[in-house]
Amino acid sequence: MTSHDTVRLENVWVSYNGTPALEGVNLAVDEHDFLGVIGPNGGGKSTLLKVILGLITPQRGSVTVLGSSPDRSRNRIGYVPQHSDYDRDFPVSVMEVVLMGRYGKRGMLKPYNESDREAAEKVLARVGMLSHARTQIGQLSGGQQQRTFIARALVSDPALLLLDEPTASVDSAMQTDFYELLEQLKKEMAIIMVSHDIGAVSVFVDKIACLNVQLYYHGSREITPEILEATYKCPVQLIAHGDIPHRVLKEH
Amino acid sequence: MIMFEAFQFEFMRNALLAGLLASIACGIVGVYVVVKKIVSMSGGIAHASFGGIGLGYLLNFSPVLGAMFFSLLSALTMGLVTRRTRLPEDTAIGILWALGMALGVIFIGFSKGYAPDLMSYLFGNILTVPLSDLYLMAALDLVILVLTAVFYKEFLLLSFDEEFGTVAGMPVNALYLVLLCMVALTVVVLIRVVGMILVIAMLAFPAAMARQFTHDIKKMMILSVILGMIFTFGGLWISYILNLASGATIILLSGLALLATYIVTGLRHRMKVRFTP
Repeated sequence: MTSHDTVRLENVWVSYNGTPALEGVNLAVDEHDFLGVIGPNGGGKSTLLKVILGLITPQRGSVTVLGSSPDRSRNRIGYVPQHSDYDRDFPVSVMEVVLMGRYGKRGMLKPYNESDREAAEKVLARVGMLSHARTQIGQLSGGQQQRTFIARALVSDPALLLLDEPTASVDSAMQTDFYELLEQLKKEMAIIMVSHDIGAVSVFVDKIACLNVQLYYHGSREITPEILEATYKCPVQLIAHGDIPHRVLKEH
Repeated sequence: MIMFEAFQFEFMRNALLAGLLASIACGIVGVYVVVKKIVSMSGGIAHASFGGIGLGYLLNFSPVLGAMFFSLLSALTMGLVTRRTRLPEDTAIGILWALGMALGVIFIGFSKGYAPDLMSYLFGNILTVPLSDLYLMAALDLVILVLTAVFYKEFLLLSFDEEFGTVAGMPVNALYLVLLCMVALTVVVLIRVVGMILVIAMLAFPAAMARQFTHDIKKMMILSVILGMIFTFGGLWISYILNLASGATIILLSGLALLATYIVTGLRHRMKVRFTP
């Protein structure tokens, strides 16, 4: 493997109770890649992220993240989970949520210190949420919550950012802002974003992979309309097996 | 003036001290029980401790110490079983809950003679808390306070987003066991005051009520300790005047107060919706 590989999956197999979730997945992501993974619900997208995070150990195959095993590299991964199921009434402020992202740096038994708070303020300013630092998380709009969780992922200065269905809770007006933020971030780190929203993914990412248990990976060139079209030949077929509606994109 | 007369009795002073110590434990640990949504898990731990009470009667040692041993054992077992096996959490809770109680009944059946003040372990009797139990309660409160201070940021992350905690490299399963053991210790602190059957209400009510008033977890803890004291002392006072069982009166008072806050917040929310242009 080359030293540039931020993520490398070789022949990865995962199944739950005999139902395959990932079959023979190969994937390589460079340090400045912005990879979009699309596919139907239940196609293994979240599983793929969990394999990269080391939360799931594949039955077969090898996973290398930032040059070592996923659990060793975890503190250099920023993770934005799919936040449809967390408790919005939870008594925690935006600042406290972002500080959780410093846990890996601080470790057990030591309280968060001034440098943690400064780092948190910096990322909150960056995502435009500093004025909400003391707000309870449930009082925010979907887009603001999203920004908070991105800030939590960024506060550890990650080399790899993983986003699980990031557009699910964001209203369309906020989406453009969100992608502009990602546009800046991809200069600093590798990004893997998982989504079933084909339209959203295809416009901003550099590479696209289609995942429906098996992974179909589409090179690393700049995206042109021709490539997009070629790319979508596969998901169109694949997604036809699932039941989510798909759009064919022309101009942006 | 009745209350002041009552103060002069030593058993009343012990009762107030017991109420204070119980409020500290249930206020702090109750907040985690409520926000981490482990109310039924805590109920299981509390009820399983009955096995230890029975063992205490059988082998002639303090039933409170037996309860501590059993509640810690059941906390660790429930924690490990739900984390390490595929057994669904509510099934595991149900099994251990019933097993602990069944063992208690069998142990008591084997022990010679009758079981004195068994009812006070089941339903609590704040007026009969012996001094030795007060020392134990104070020691356990101290353990709970220290653990909460030491693992404050860990417990917050554990309760809010366990998956993120794992990703951040936190030993979530070990911390979860520590939290369940704190619940077990709280059961022991509360057992003399409200009894093992009613412990779960004392863990959940003050914290659930405090949650209606604040979004800050530290303030929630302080508030629920204060509410715990109000309920314990208020319940004790009412039970003294009306000659009722103290544990049950404390629980009924806190249950009614919680219900009242829910109704008031519900009405206020409705008014807001109606009058917002």
